[in-house]
Amino acid sequence: MAYPKDFKYTKTHEYIKVNGKEGVVGLTNYAQHELGDIVFVELPVVGKVFKQNDVFAVVESVKAVSDCYAPAGGKVVKVNEKLVEDPSLVNKDPHGDGWIMVLEIANPADVNGLMDVATYEKFESEAGSHH
Amino acid sequence: MDNLGSLRKTPNYDMHVKYGGKVVDFGGWALSVQFSGILEEHKIVREKVGLFDVSHMGEATVVGEQALPFLQKLVSRDLSTMVDGQIYYTHMLYPNGGTVDDLMVTRYGPTDYYLVINASNAAKDVEWMQKLAHEFPKVKVTDISADTAELALQGPLAPATLQKLTRYDLSKLKYYHAVRDVEVAGIPKCIISRTGYTGEDGFEVFTDPRNANKLWEAIMDAGQEFGIKPIGLGARDTLRFEASMPLYGQELDENTSPLEAGLGRFVNVDKPTPFIGQEALKKQVAQGLPKKLVGFEMVDRGIPRHNYKVAKNGKEIGYVTTGSYSPTLDRNIGNAFVPVSEAKIGNEFDVIVRDRPLKARIIKVPFYRRKK
Repeated sequence: MAYPKDFKYTKTHEYIKVNGKEGVVGLTNYAQHELGDIVFVELPVVGKVFKQNDVFAVVESVKAVSDCYAPAGGKVVKVNEKLVEDPSLVNKDPHGDGWIMVLEIANPADVNGLMDVATYEKFESEAGSHH
Repeated sequence: MDNLGSLRKTPNYDMHVKYGGKVVDFGGWALSVQFSGILEEHKIVREKVGLFDVSHMGEATVVGEQALPFLQKLVSRDLSTMVDGQIYYTHMLYPNGGTVDDLMVTRYGPTDYYLVINASNAAKDVEWMQKLAHEFPKVKVTDISADTAELALQGPLAPATLQKLTRYDLSKLKYYHAVRDVEVAGIPKCIISRTGYTGEDGFEVFTDPRNANKLWEAIMDAGQEFGIKPIGLGARDTLRFEASMPLYGQELDENTSPLEAGLGRFVNVDKPTPFIGQEALKKQVAQGLPKKLVGFEMVDRGIPRHNYKVAKNGKEIGYVTTGSYSPTLDRNIGNAFVPVSEAKIGNEFDVIVRDRPLKARIIKVPFYRRKK
């Protein structure tokens, strides 16, 4: 699966797609593949404020519990309620329908420090067991 | 896979690679946690047929004139009622009633027994048995783990699959019975055991490690028309858990008796010939169990996990042994140890998930039972 060119990426395999002051946040294809079948997503509460690298959600696969880290600081303005009924959307369409939250970005500099697609693709391929 | 070079490989290791398994370190063994995906593999075993590499399991033979007296002292179930070809699930205990291991004992003859023990406990078990064997000069305990490959074929279509590979009439082989010296896929001297760790019908086949890959490929070929898939450890765990089969290290350990783990139907506390741990179990029966295993479902949203705390009215009362999303029931369920006074169907308690109490309710076990 190709990584979208207009996203920014973290070393902990989250992405953020910036639209003006807001950013759509989710897990990358690499992250969903490593986790396996996702059966539960603990969504953040709308209105909650996170700093960059705070745990904003918890994703559970059959065997693993995994924290998700905020790619940027800001306030949660929307969460993907569809994940309550169908957490497998994170597996099926991580960069699309499997998004987790929309963040009102507090500090654009947070995003500037993230990886672009070329850097992330290299980082991901070096991360190991992806085949 | 990285840094897995130092791990022990089963005779079927090449099959994990060939069939795209996600190989992990499982207690020092290189084994696949999944092939196509845990949920899909789980469903395949419930509905069709799946193949497991379980060569990491330990095997031992117990032979000699004193084989039965030795085993009667070793385990908590009365083996004097066994007939040739029959298998009993049982436990070796410490003097305090805690569990050394749970195991399967097959009787092939009055002086000829075959044991299957847990991979993680194999070395400890063999040492424990050999120590006891000093009291029985006419018994010989032999660890044959390294000379034995074990494959498990599980699911409603397991009999149809395996029957294509052997002239032995599998309809004659009853549940918890085994037959040895059978030819399977042209391989002589295999053992076929009608047992498993999934809650489905199926078999465990034991053979010489040199024939393990040949057997694997023959079973995959034979099962192709039935939709067979290789199954990893992830689904093995969710399958056994739904069927309420215990896992050593979770439902059983050195501080837990089989009575506490709800396995009393496999224990003969009043066995006429004494066994190690008998006095401790008698005391548990007389004085009441220190703790009791229950099955529960989550009422609130959340997945219980191994070692999460269980509380009632803010007070800690126990812990989760196994918890998971149940693919068959599509619910989040778990096992927990709680005081006997709390162990009633319908009783509610909290499971502490990431510092938050989430409501759970005790339900009947097994969570899943196959239709016969």
